[in-house]
Amino acid sequence: MQALAEAAGKFVFFIGLIVLNIAAILTWVERKQSAVMQDRIGANRATIFGIRMLGMFHMLADMLKLFTKEFFIPMGARRFVYLLAPMISLLFALVGFAAIPFGDTLILGGREIPLQIANVNIGILYIFAVLGMAVYGVVLGAWASNNNYALLGGLRASAQMLSYEVAIGVSLVGVIMVYQTVDLMEIARAQGQLLWGWLPQWGILLQPLGFLIFMTAGIAETKRIPFDAPEGESEIVGYFIEYSGMGFGMYFLTDFLETILIASLTVTFFLGGFQVPYLYADGFHFPWGQAILLPNIAVAALQFLSFLIKLIVLLFIMMAIRWTLPRFRYDQIMHLGWKILLPASLINILITAVVLTIIG
Amino acid sequence: MNVHDKYKPLSWWDKTYIPLVIDGLAVTLRHFFRNIRLHILNVIGIKTKERGAVTYQYPEEMRPLWPRTRTLHRLMRREDGSPRCVACMMCETACPARCIYIVAEERPEVQIEKQPKIFNIDLGKCVFCGYCVEACPEDAIRMDTGIIDIASYTRNGMLLTKEQLLNIEPKVENYVSRPDLMEGQPIY
Ligand code: SF4
Ligand code: SF4
Repeated sequence: MQALAEAAGKFVFFIGLIVLNIAAILTWVERKQSAVMQDRIGANRATIFGIRMLGMFHMLADMLKLFTKEFFIPMGARRFVYLLAPMISLLFALVGFAAIPFGDTLILGGREIPLQIANVNIGILYIFAVLGMAVYGVVLGAWASNNNYALLGGLRASAQMLSYEVAIGVSLVGVIMVYQTVDLMEIARAQGQLLWGWLPQWGILLQPLGFLIFMTAGIAETKRIPFDAPEGESEIVGYFIEYSGMGFGMYFLTDFLETILIASLTVTFFLGGFQVPYLYADGFHFPWGQAILLPNIAVAALQFLSFLIKLIVLLFIMMAIRWTLPRFRYDQIMHLGWKILLPASLINILITAVVLTIIG
Repeated sequence: MNVHDKYKPLSWWDKTYIPLVIDGLAVTLRHFFRNIRLHILNVIGIKTKERGAVTYQYPEEMRPLWPRTRTLHRLMRREDGSPRCVACMMCETACPARCIYIVAEERPEVQIEKQPKIFNIDLGKCVFCGYCVEACPEDAIRMDTGIIDIASYTRNGMLLTKEQLLNIEPKVENYVSRPDLMEGQPIY
Protein backbone atom coordinates (compact mmCIF):
# COMPACT_ATOMS: atom_id res chain seq x y z
CA MET A 1 0.00 0.00 0.00
CA GLN A 2 2.72 2.37 1.04
CA ALA A 3 4.74 1.47 -2.02
CA LEU A 4 1.74 2.25 -4.18
CA ALA A 5 1.25 5.64 -2.56
CA GLU A 6 4.94 6.32 -3.01
CA ALA A 7 4.79 5.43 -6.70
CA ALA A 8 1.69 7.58 -7.17
CA GLY A 9 3.37 10.50 -5.44
CA LYS A 10 6.44 10.19 -7.60
CA PHE A 11 4.28 9.92 -10.69
CA VAL A 12 2.36 13.08 -9.87
CA PHE A 13 5.53 14.96 -9.03
CA PHE A 14 7.78 13.91 -11.89
CA ILE A 15 5.32 13.53 -14.73
CA GLY A 16 2.50 15.84 -13.69
CA LEU A 17 4.59 18.62 -12.25
CA ILE A 18 7.89 18.45 -14.05
CA VAL A 19 7.60 16.76 -17.41
CA LEU A 20 4.22 18.09 -18.53
CA ASN A 21 5.12 21.59 -17.44
CA ILE A 22 8.39 21.46 -19.33
CA ALA A 23 6.41 20.28 -22.35
CA ALA A 24 4.05 23.23 -22.06
CA ILE A 25 6.90 25.67 -21.62
CA LEU A 26 8.63 24.13 -24.62
CA THR A 27 5.80 25.34 -26.84
CA TRP A 28 6.59 28.83 -25.62
CA VAL A 29 10.33 28.32 -25.92
CA GLU A 30 9.88 27.07 -29.45
CA ARG A 31 8.13 30.29 -30.43
CA LYS A 32 10.39 32.67 -28.57
CA GLN A 33 13.71 30.96 -29.20
CA SER A 34 13.09 30.76 -32.91
CA ALA A 35 11.97 34.38 -32.90
CA VAL A 36 15.10 35.60 -31.18
CA MET A 37 17.27 33.53 -33.51
CA GLN A 38 15.57 35.07 -36.52
CA ASP A 39 15.68 38.67 -35.19
CA ARG A 40 11.95 38.65 -34.53
CA ILE A 41 9.99 39.13 -31.32
CA GLY A 42 7.60 36.20 -31.49
CA ALA A 43 4.05 35.67 -30.31
CA ASN A 44 3.11 38.18 -27.61
CA ARG A 45 -0.48 39.16 -28.33
CA ALA A 46 -2.28 36.90 -25.84
CA THR A 47 -2.82 39.04 -22.79
CA ILE A 48 -4.66 38.75 -19.50
CA PHE A 49 -5.79 42.22 -18.35
CA GLY A 50 -3.14 43.77 -20.53
CA ILE A 51 -0.29 41.75 -19.03
CA ARG A 52 1.83 40.16 -21.71
CA MET A 53 4.31 38.05 -19.75
CA LEU A 54 6.51 37.73 -22.84
CA GLY A 55 3.79 35.81 -24.63
CA MET A 56 3.56 33.09 -21.98
CA PHE A 57 -0.24 33.19 -22.14
CA HIS A 58 -0.19 31.76 -25.63
CA MET A 59 0.21 28.37 -23.97
CA LEU A 60 -3.11 28.86 -22.21
CA ALA A 61 -4.74 30.26 -25.33
CA ASP A 62 -3.56 27.25 -27.33
CA MET A 63 -4.81 24.84 -24.72
CA LEU A 64 -8.19 26.56 -24.62
CA LYS A 65 -8.43 26.55 -28.38
CA LEU A 66 -7.53 22.89 -28.72
CA PHE A 67 -10.00 21.84 -26.04
CA THR A 68 -12.91 23.84 -27.42
CA LYS A 69 -12.37 23.08 -31.09
CA GLU A 70 -14.55 20.50 -32.75
CA PHE A 71 -13.00 17.04 -32.87
CA PHE A 72 -13.98 16.07 -36.37
CA ILE A 73 -14.06 12.46 -37.49
CA PRO A 74 -13.76 12.26 -41.27
CA MET A 75 -16.12 10.16 -43.34
CA GLY A 76 -14.98 6.57 -43.70
CA ALA A 77 -12.55 6.76 -40.81
CA ARG A 78 -12.32 3.80 -38.46
CA ARG A 79 -13.92 5.52 -35.51
CA PHE A 80 -12.48 3.42 -32.70
CA VAL A 81 -8.93 3.28 -33.98
CA TYR A 82 -9.08 6.91 -35.01
CA LEU A 83 -9.92 7.91 -31.45
CA LEU A 84 -7.44 5.48 -29.93
CA ALA A 85 -4.36 6.35 -31.98
CA PRO A 86 -3.47 9.74 -30.47
CA MET A 87 -3.97 8.30 -27.01
CA ILE A 88 -1.54 5.47 -27.77
CA SER A 89 0.97 8.02 -28.99
CA LEU A 90 0.63 10.11 -25.86
CA LEU A 91 0.61 7.11 -23.52
CA PHE A 92 3.88 5.68 -24.79
CA ALA A 93 5.53 9.06 -24.75
CA LEU A 94 4.55 9.40 -21.09
CA VAL A 95 5.32 5.93 -19.73
CA GLY A 96 8.89 6.23 -20.98
CA PHE A 97 9.59 8.61 -18.13
CA ALA A 98 8.86 5.90 -15.59
CA ALA A 99 12.35 4.46 -15.99
CA ILE A 100 14.28 7.73 -15.93
CA PRO A 101 16.28 8.23 -12.74
CA PHE A 102 15.75 11.85 -11.74
CA GLY A 103 17.99 11.50 -8.71
CA ASP A 104 19.59 9.04 -6.34
CA THR A 105 18.00 7.82 -3.13
CA LEU A 106 16.09 10.26 -0.96
CA ILE A 107 15.67 9.32 2.70
CA LEU A 108 12.36 10.62 3.98
CA GLY A 109 11.15 9.64 7.43
CA GLY A 110 13.42 6.60 7.53
CA ARG A 111 12.25 5.32 4.13
CA GLU A 112 14.66 5.05 1.25
CA ILE A 113 12.92 6.44 -1.82
CA PRO A 114 14.72 6.03 -5.12
CA LEU A 115 13.95 9.09 -7.26
CA GLN A 116 12.80 6.96 -10.16
CA ILE A 117 9.15 6.15 -10.72
CA ALA A 118 9.53 2.47 -11.51
CA ASN A 119 12.75 0.71 -10.67
CA VAL A 120 12.90 -1.51 -13.74
CA ASN A 121 16.12 -3.46 -13.66
CA ILE A 122 16.03 -3.96 -17.43
CA GLY A 123 15.60 -0.24 -17.98
CA ILE A 124 17.22 -0.05 -21.40
CA LEU A 125 15.04 -2.82 -22.82
CA TYR A 126 12.00 -1.12 -21.36
CA ILE A 127 12.97 2.12 -23.08
CA PHE A 128 13.44 0.29 -26.38
CA ALA A 129 10.01 -1.25 -26.00
CA VAL A 130 8.39 2.11 -25.28
CA LEU A 131 10.12 3.81 -28.19
CA GLY A 132 9.10 0.91 -30.41
CA MET A 133 5.47 1.24 -29.43
CA ALA A 134 5.46 4.91 -30.40
CA VAL A 135 5.29 3.83 -34.05
CA TYR A 136 1.85 2.32 -33.47
CA GLY A 137 0.19 5.58 -32.52
CA VAL A 138 1.46 7.14 -35.71
CA VAL A 139 0.66 4.30 -38.09
CA LEU A 140 -2.76 3.54 -36.64
CA GLY A 141 -3.74 7.20 -36.73
CA ALA A 142 -2.61 7.47 -40.33
CA TRP A 143 -4.38 4.32 -41.40
CA ALA A 144 -7.62 5.01 -39.60
CA SER A 145 -7.97 8.49 -41.10
CA ASN A 146 -9.02 7.10 -44.48
CA ASN A 147 -6.85 9.66 -46.24
CA ASN A 148 -4.11 8.91 -48.72
CA TYR A 149 -1.89 11.75 -47.60
CA ALA A 150 -2.14 10.57 -44.02
CA LEU A 151 -1.40 7.01 -45.04
CA LEU A 152 1.69 8.05 -47.00
CA GLY A 153 2.82 10.18 -44.06
CA GLY A 154 2.32 7.19 -41.80
CA LEU A 155 4.39 5.02 -44.12
CA ARG A 156 7.22 7.54 -44.12
CA ALA A 157 6.99 7.79 -40.35
CA SER A 158 7.08 4.06 -39.72
CA ALA A 159 9.98 3.48 -42.10
CA GLN A 160 11.94 6.30 -40.54
CA MET A 161 11.25 5.37 -36.95
CA LEU A 162 12.04 1.69 -37.48
CA SER A 163 15.33 2.54 -39.23
CA TYR A 164 16.47 4.87 -36.51
CA GLU A 165 15.44 2.53 -33.72
CA VAL A 166 18.06 0.13 -35.02
CA ALA A 167 20.72 2.82 -34.74
CA ILE A 168 19.51 3.82 -31.26
CA GLY A 169 19.61 0.22 -30.09
CA VAL A 170 23.05 -0.53 -31.44
CA SER A 171 24.55 2.74 -30.23
CA LEU A 172 23.51 1.93 -26.67
CA VAL A 173 25.28 -1.41 -26.73
CA GLY A 174 28.52 0.51 -26.18
CA VAL A 175 27.04 2.08 -23.04
CA ILE A 176 25.94 -1.31 -21.77
CA MET A 177 29.43 -2.71 -22.37
CA VAL A 178 31.14 0.13 -20.53
CA TYR A 179 28.89 0.19 -17.48
CA GLN A 180 28.06 -3.54 -17.57
CA THR A 181 24.41 -3.11 -16.67
CA VAL A 182 21.06 -2.42 -18.33
CA ASP A 183 19.58 -0.77 -15.24
CA LEU A 184 19.23 2.97 -15.83
CA MET A 185 19.72 3.78 -12.15
CA GLU A 186 22.93 1.72 -12.08
CA ILE A 187 24.18 3.41 -15.25
CA ALA A 188 23.55 6.83 -13.72
CA ARG A 189 25.29 5.78 -10.49
CA ALA A 190 28.28 4.36 -12.35
CA GLN A 191 28.82 7.76 -13.97
CA GLY A 192 29.57 9.25 -10.56
CA GLN A 193 32.83 7.33 -10.35
CA LEU A 194 36.05 9.02 -11.29
CA LEU A 195 38.51 8.21 -14.01
CA TRP A 196 42.18 8.51 -12.98
CA GLY A 197 40.99 10.00 -9.74
CA TRP A 198 39.69 13.32 -11.10
CA LEU A 199 37.64 12.98 -14.29
CA PRO A 200 33.94 12.10 -13.84
CA GLN A 201 33.19 8.96 -15.77
CA TRP A 202 30.41 10.41 -17.91
CA GLY A 203 29.14 8.59 -20.96
CA ILE A 204 30.06 11.40 -23.32
CA LEU A 205 33.73 10.94 -22.40
CA LEU A 206 33.71 7.15 -22.63
CA GLN A 207 31.39 6.93 -25.62
CA PRO A 208 31.71 10.12 -27.70
CA LEU A 209 30.74 8.38 -30.93
CA GLY A 210 27.85 6.65 -29.20
CA PHE A 211 26.67 10.03 -27.94
CA LEU A 212 26.61 11.53 -31.44
CA ILE A 213 24.80 8.56 -32.91
CA PHE A 214 22.27 8.43 -30.10
CA MET A 215 21.54 12.15 -30.32
CA THR A 216 21.09 12.07 -34.10
CA ALA A 217 18.92 8.97 -34.08
CA GLY A 218 17.02 10.34 -31.12
CA ILE A 219 16.18 13.56 -32.91
CA ALA A 220 15.07 11.48 -35.88
CA GLU A 221 12.90 9.46 -33.51
CA THR A 222 11.05 12.59 -32.37
CA LYS A 223 10.10 13.31 -36.00
CA ARG A 224 11.07 16.95 -35.78
CA ILE A 225 13.08 19.05 -38.21
CA PRO A 226 15.53 18.11 -39.76
CA PHE A 227 13.85 14.70 -39.77
CA ASP A 228 10.26 15.85 -40.13
CA ALA A 229 9.49 14.15 -43.43
CA PRO A 230 6.61 12.25 -41.73
CA GLU A 231 4.95 15.50 -40.65
CA GLY A 232 5.94 18.42 -42.86
CA GLU A 233 2.84 20.38 -41.89
CA SER A 234 3.41 23.14 -44.38
CA GLU A 235 3.86 21.22 -47.60
CA ILE A 236 3.94 17.43 -47.73
CA VAL A 237 1.43 16.97 -44.88
CA GLY A 238 1.74 14.03 -42.60
CA TYR A 239 -0.04 11.37 -40.66
CA PHE A 240 -2.15 13.70 -38.50
CA ILE A 241 -3.62 15.72 -41.36
CA GLU A 242 -7.19 14.64 -40.52
CA TYR A 243 -6.92 15.30 -36.81
CA SER A 244 -8.41 18.41 -35.31
CA GLY A 245 -9.04 19.66 -31.80
CA MET A 246 -7.59 17.64 -28.99
CA GLY A 247 -6.66 14.74 -31.29
CA PHE A 248 -4.17 17.00 -32.97
CA GLY A 249 -3.32 18.44 -29.57
CA MET A 250 -2.27 15.01 -28.33
CA TYR A 251 -0.02 14.39 -31.31
CA PHE A 252 1.41 17.84 -30.83
CA LEU A 253 2.07 17.20 -27.15
CA THR A 254 3.58 13.81 -28.00
CA ASP A 255 6.16 15.57 -30.15
CA PHE A 256 7.30 17.70 -27.26
CA LEU A 257 7.16 14.83 -24.78
CA GLU A 258 9.28 12.68 -27.06
CA THR A 259 11.80 15.48 -27.34
CA ILE A 260 11.98 15.64 -23.56
CA LEU A 261 12.18 11.85 -23.32
CA ILE A 262 15.08 11.67 -25.77
CA ALA A 263 16.81 14.54 -23.99
CA SER A 264 16.41 12.86 -20.59
CA LEU A 265 17.70 9.59 -21.98
CA THR A 266 20.71 11.37 -23.43
CA VAL A 267 21.32 12.99 -20.06
CA THR A 268 21.00 9.65 -18.29
CA PHE A 269 23.26 7.72 -20.63
CA PHE A 270 25.82 10.29 -21.65
CA LEU A 271 25.78 13.40 -19.50
CA GLY A 272 26.13 11.77 -16.13
CA GLY A 273 22.43 11.53 -15.34
CA PHE A 274 21.75 13.23 -12.04
CA GLN A 275 25.42 13.29 -11.06
CA VAL A 276 27.12 16.47 -9.97
CA PRO A 277 30.90 16.11 -10.30
CA TYR A 278 32.48 15.05 -6.98
CA LEU A 279 29.11 14.90 -5.18
CA TYR A 280 28.60 11.65 -3.29
CA ALA A 281 25.85 10.38 -1.05
CA ASP A 282 27.25 12.28 1.94
CA GLY A 283 28.48 15.45 0.26
CA PHE A 284 31.28 16.79 -1.91
CA HIS A 285 34.66 15.04 -1.91
CA PHE A 286 37.06 16.93 -4.12
CA PRO A 287 40.05 15.14 -5.65
CA TRP A 288 42.41 17.52 -3.82
CA GLY A 289 41.20 16.13 -0.52
CA GLN A 290 38.75 18.80 0.57
CA ALA A 291 35.28 17.65 1.61
CA ILE A 292 31.98 19.41 2.22
CA LEU A 293 29.47 17.22 4.00
CA LEU A 294 25.80 17.73 3.17
CA PRO A 295 22.57 16.21 4.50
CA ASN A 296 20.82 13.67 2.34
CA ILE A 297 17.98 16.00 1.38
CA ALA A 298 20.39 18.64 0.07
CA VAL A 299 22.23 16.01 -1.94
CA ALA A 300 18.98 14.75 -3.47
CA ALA A 301 17.89 18.30 -4.29
CA LEU A 302 21.25 19.09 -5.89
CA GLN A 303 21.10 15.93 -7.95
CA PHE A 304 17.59 16.63 -9.14
CA LEU A 305 18.57 20.20 -9.98
CA SER A 306 21.61 19.02 -11.90
CA PHE A 307 19.41 16.65 -13.89
CA LEU A 308 17.00 19.48 -14.70
CA ILE A 309 19.76 21.87 -15.73
CA LYS A 310 21.36 19.30 -18.02
CA LEU A 311 17.96 18.51 -19.46
CA ILE A 312 17.20 22.16 -20.14
CA VAL A 313 20.56 22.82 -21.78
CA LEU A 314 20.11 19.78 -23.99
CA LEU A 315 16.57 20.81 -24.89
CA PHE A 316 17.89 24.23 -25.82
CA ILE A 317 20.42 22.65 -28.15
CA MET A 318 17.81 20.36 -29.68
CA MET A 319 15.53 23.35 -30.28
CA ALA A 320 18.43 25.26 -31.80
CA ILE A 321 19.10 22.35 -34.15
CA ARG A 322 15.43 22.22 -35.04
CA TRP A 323 15.44 25.91 -36.01
CA THR A 324 18.78 25.80 -37.81
CA LEU A 325 18.74 22.90 -40.20
CA PRO A 326 16.58 22.44 -43.26
CA ARG A 327 14.68 19.20 -43.70
CA PHE A 328 16.54 16.18 -45.03
CA ARG A 329 15.28 14.67 -48.23
CA TYR A 330 13.68 11.29 -47.67
CA ASP A 331 16.44 9.29 -49.35
CA GLN A 332 18.99 11.23 -47.31
CA ILE A 333 17.18 10.22 -44.14
CA MET A 334 17.36 6.57 -45.12
CA HIS A 335 20.98 6.94 -46.26
CA LEU A 336 21.95 8.54 -42.97
CA GLY A 337 20.11 5.93 -40.94
CA TRP A 338 21.24 2.76 -42.63
CA LYS A 339 24.54 3.62 -44.28
CA ILE A 340 26.11 6.01 -41.81
CA LEU A 341 24.63 5.67 -38.34
CA LEU A 342 24.29 1.89 -38.30
CA PRO A 343 27.87 1.12 -39.48
CA ALA A 344 29.18 3.86 -37.21
CA SER A 345 27.44 2.34 -34.21
CA LEU A 346 28.79 -1.10 -35.11
CA ILE A 347 32.29 0.39 -35.33
CA ASN A 348 31.63 1.99 -31.95
CA ILE A 349 30.90 -1.44 -30.47
CA LEU A 350 34.08 -2.83 -32.03
CA ILE A 351 36.26 0.01 -30.67
CA THR A 352 34.65 -0.27 -27.24
CA ALA A 353 35.23 -4.01 -27.18
CA VAL A 354 38.88 -3.68 -28.22
CA VAL A 355 39.59 -0.95 -25.67
CA LEU A 356 37.81 -2.82 -22.89
CA THR A 357 39.79 -5.98 -23.70
CA ILE A 358 43.10 -4.10 -23.67
CA ILE A 359 42.34 -2.33 -20.38
CA GLY A 360 41.04 -5.60 -19.06
CA MET B 1 32.63 27.98 -47.88
CA ASN B 2 33.73 29.68 -51.08
CA VAL B 3 30.97 29.82 -53.68
CA HIS B 4 33.31 28.54 -56.36
CA ASP B 5 33.81 25.18 -54.76
CA LYS B 6 30.09 24.64 -54.36
CA TYR B 7 30.15 21.74 -56.78
CA LYS B 8 33.17 20.00 -55.37
CA PRO B 9 32.20 16.59 -54.04
CA LEU B 10 31.89 16.63 -50.27
CA SER B 11 34.78 15.21 -48.33
CA TRP B 12 34.30 12.30 -45.98
CA TRP B 13 34.24 14.64 -43.00
CA ASP B 14 31.65 16.91 -44.64
CA LYS B 15 29.48 13.92 -45.42
CA THR B 16 28.99 13.19 -41.75
CA TYR B 17 27.13 16.55 -41.70
CA ILE B 18 28.84 17.38 -38.41
CA PRO B 19 30.89 20.41 -39.57
CA LEU B 20 27.91 21.79 -41.48
CA VAL B 21 25.58 21.37 -38.53
CA ILE B 22 28.08 23.15 -36.32
CA ASP B 23 28.45 25.96 -38.89
CA GLY B 24 24.70 26.42 -39.01
CA LEU B 25 24.33 26.34 -35.25
CA ALA B 26 27.09 28.92 -34.95
CA VAL B 27 25.13 31.32 -37.15
CA THR B 28 21.80 30.92 -35.39
CA LEU B 29 23.26 30.91 -31.90
CA ARG B 30 25.29 34.02 -32.67
CA HIS B 31 22.06 35.78 -33.58
CA PHE B 32 20.35 34.32 -30.52
CA PHE B 33 22.89 35.55 -28.00
CA ARG B 34 23.33 38.92 -29.68
CA ASN B 35 19.57 39.55 -29.66
CA ILE B 36 19.08 38.20 -26.14
CA ARG B 37 21.80 40.55 -24.93
CA LEU B 38 20.09 43.53 -26.59
CA HIS B 39 16.67 42.50 -25.27
CA ILE B 40 17.96 42.16 -21.71
CA LEU B 41 19.75 45.52 -21.93
CA ASN B 42 16.51 47.12 -23.10
CA VAL B 43 14.43 45.50 -20.39
CA ILE B 44 16.71 46.83 -17.67
CA GLY B 45 16.55 50.21 -19.32
CA ILE B 46 19.87 50.63 -21.10
CA LYS B 47 19.50 52.21 -24.51
CA THR B 48 21.36 50.53 -27.33
CA LYS B 49 22.03 51.68 -30.88
CA GLU B 50 20.76 48.45 -32.44
CA ARG B 51 17.42 46.80 -31.91
CA GLY B 52 17.16 43.21 -30.73
CA ALA B 53 14.53 42.51 -33.34
CA VAL B 54 13.51 43.99 -36.65
CA THR B 55 9.83 43.78 -35.70
CA TYR B 56 7.65 46.87 -35.43
CA GLN B 57 4.63 46.21 -33.22
CA TYR B 58 2.35 48.02 -35.60
CA PRO B 59 -0.71 49.39 -33.83
CA GLU B 60 1.32 50.63 -30.87
CA GLU B 61 4.43 51.45 -32.76
CA MET B 62 4.41 53.12 -36.15
CA ARG B 63 7.08 52.14 -38.55
CA PRO B 64 8.85 55.33 -39.67
CA LEU B 65 7.84 56.12 -43.22
CA TRP B 66 10.39 56.82 -45.88
CA PRO B 67 10.08 60.46 -47.01
CA ARG B 68 8.81 59.46 -50.42
CA THR B 69 6.21 56.95 -49.25
CA ARG B 70 2.83 57.65 -50.83
CA THR B 71 0.14 57.87 -48.18
CA LEU B 72 -3.44 59.11 -48.03
CA HIS B 73 -4.31 61.91 -50.48
CA ARG B 74 -5.23 65.42 -49.53
CA LEU B 75 -6.40 68.43 -51.54
CA MET B 76 -4.49 71.66 -51.06
CA ARG B 77 -6.05 75.06 -50.46
CA ARG B 78 -5.20 78.49 -51.75
CA GLU B 79 -4.32 81.25 -49.36
CA ASP B 80 -7.95 82.35 -49.21
CA GLY B 81 -9.02 78.84 -48.31
CA SER B 82 -10.62 77.85 -51.58
CA PRO B 83 -9.41 74.63 -53.19
CA ARG B 84 -6.32 74.93 -55.35
CA CYS B 85 -7.77 72.45 -57.80
CA VAL B 86 -8.90 73.91 -61.12
CA ALA B 87 -10.90 70.84 -62.16
CA CYS B 88 -8.70 70.21 -65.17
CA MET B 89 -9.42 66.48 -65.03
CA MET B 90 -5.73 65.61 -65.51
CA CYS B 91 -5.68 63.39 -62.42
CA GLU B 92 -8.90 61.71 -63.37
CA THR B 93 -7.45 60.96 -66.80
CA ALA B 94 -4.15 59.73 -65.41
CA CYS B 95 -5.67 57.51 -62.76
CA PRO B 96 -5.19 53.89 -63.82
CA ALA B 97 -7.77 52.65 -61.33
CA ARG B 98 -10.37 55.21 -62.43
CA CYS B 99 -11.20 55.99 -58.87
CA ILE B 100 -11.31 59.79 -59.12
CA TYR B 101 -14.64 61.39 -60.00
CA ILE B 102 -14.74 65.13 -60.65
CA VAL B 103 -17.59 67.43 -61.55
CA ALA B 104 -16.47 70.97 -62.42
CA GLU B 105 -18.25 74.19 -61.71
CA GLU B 106 -17.64 77.80 -62.58
CA ARG B 107 -15.64 80.01 -60.34
CA PRO B 108 -16.59 83.63 -59.68
CA GLU B 109 -13.09 84.96 -60.32
CA VAL B 110 -12.03 85.68 -63.85
CA GLN B 111 -8.41 84.52 -63.70
CA ILE B 112 -9.36 81.04 -62.59
CA GLU B 113 -12.20 79.59 -64.56
CA LYS B 114 -13.17 76.39 -62.78
CA GLN B 115 -13.17 74.62 -59.49
CA PRO B 116 -14.43 71.16 -58.52
CA LYS B 117 -18.03 70.84 -57.40
CA ILE B 118 -17.57 67.18 -56.62
CA PHE B 119 -14.16 65.60 -56.09
CA ASN B 120 -14.42 61.98 -54.96
CA ILE B 121 -11.63 59.48 -54.53
CA ASP B 122 -12.71 55.90 -53.99
CA LEU B 123 -9.89 54.52 -51.86
CA GLY B 124 -11.32 51.05 -52.23
CA LYS B 125 -10.15 51.14 -55.81
CA CYS B 126 -7.08 53.36 -55.49
CA VAL B 127 -3.79 51.55 -56.04
CA PHE B 128 -1.68 54.34 -54.52
CA CYS B 129 0.34 54.76 -57.68
CA GLY B 130 0.68 58.51 -57.26
CA TYR B 131 -0.04 59.29 -60.90
CA CYS B 132 -2.68 61.80 -59.87
CA VAL B 133 -0.03 63.73 -57.97
CA GLU B 134 2.31 63.60 -60.93
CA ALA B 135 -0.38 64.73 -63.33
CA CYS B 136 -1.66 67.71 -61.37
CA PRO B 137 -0.48 71.03 -62.90
CA GLU B 138 -1.53 73.01 -59.83
CA ASP B 139 0.04 70.89 -57.08
CA ALA B 140 -3.50 70.65 -55.80
CA ILE B 141 -3.43 66.99 -54.80
CA ARG B 142 -0.71 65.49 -52.66
CA MET B 143 -0.06 62.12 -51.05
CA ASP B 144 2.02 63.20 -48.10
CA THR B 145 -0.32 62.99 -45.12
CA GLY B 146 1.52 60.13 -43.41
CA ILE B 147 -1.79 58.35 -42.84
CA ILE B 148 -1.71 54.68 -43.76
CA ASP B 149 -4.36 53.14 -41.52
CA ILE B 150 -7.16 53.50 -44.03
CA ALA B 151 -9.98 51.09 -43.37
CA SER B 152 -13.73 51.01 -43.21
CA TYR B 153 -16.52 48.56 -42.58
CA THR B 154 -18.45 49.66 -45.68
CA ARG B 155 -17.54 50.46 -49.24
CA ASN B 156 -19.06 53.89 -48.91
CA GLY B 157 -16.76 54.57 -46.03
CA MET B 158 -13.82 54.26 -48.41
CA LEU B 159 -15.15 57.05 -50.59
CA LEU B 160 -13.64 60.41 -49.68
CA THR B 161 -15.43 63.56 -50.82
CA LYS B 162 -14.01 66.98 -51.59
CA GLU B 163 -14.72 68.31 -48.10
CA GLN B 164 -13.01 65.38 -46.43
CA LEU B 165 -10.03 65.60 -48.71
CA LEU B 166 -9.64 69.30 -48.09
CA ASN B 167 -9.78 68.89 -44.33
CA ILE B 168 -7.37 65.99 -43.75
CA GLU B 169 -4.94 66.67 -40.91
CA PRO B 170 -1.52 65.50 -42.15
CA LYS B 171 0.53 63.44 -39.70
CA VAL B 172 3.97 64.46 -40.85
CA GLU B 173 5.51 63.04 -37.68
CA ASN B 174 5.02 59.58 -39.16
CA TYR B 175 7.72 60.37 -41.67
CA VAL B 176 11.37 60.18 -40.76
CA SER B 177 13.58 63.05 -41.70
CA ARG B 178 16.74 60.92 -41.74
CA PRO B 179 15.86 57.28 -42.39
CA ASP B 180 19.34 56.19 -41.39
CA LEU B 181 18.70 57.47 -37.88
CA MET B 182 15.61 55.41 -37.12
CA GLU B 183 15.41 55.05 -33.41
CA GLY B 184 13.23 53.43 -30.80
CA GLN B 185 13.02 50.00 -29.29
CA PRO B 186 10.43 47.31 -29.82
CA ILE B 187 7.80 46.60 -27.19
CA TYR B 188 7.64 43.17 -25.69
S1 SF4 C 1 -2.91 57.19 -56.49
FE1 SF4 C 1 -3.20 56.32 -58.53
S2 SF4 C 1 -5.01 55.05 -58.29
FE2 SF4 C 1 -5.00 56.40 -56.52
S3 SF4 C 1 -6.23 58.15 -57.14
FE3 SF4 C 1 -4.11 58.66 -57.63
S4 SF4 C 1 -3.86 58.03 -59.78
FE4 SF4 C 1 -5.73 57.04 -59.00
S1 SF4 D 1 -5.01 67.37 -61.82
FE1 SF4 D 1 -4.94 68.73 -60.03
S2 SF4 D 1 -5.95 70.54 -60.70
FE2 SF4 D 1 -6.48 69.02 -62.20
S3 SF4 D 1 -8.41 68.15 -61.42
FE3 SF4 D 1 -6.81 66.89 -60.57
S4 SF4 D 1 -6.38 67.82 -58.60
FE4 SF4 D 1 -7.55 69.34 -59.76
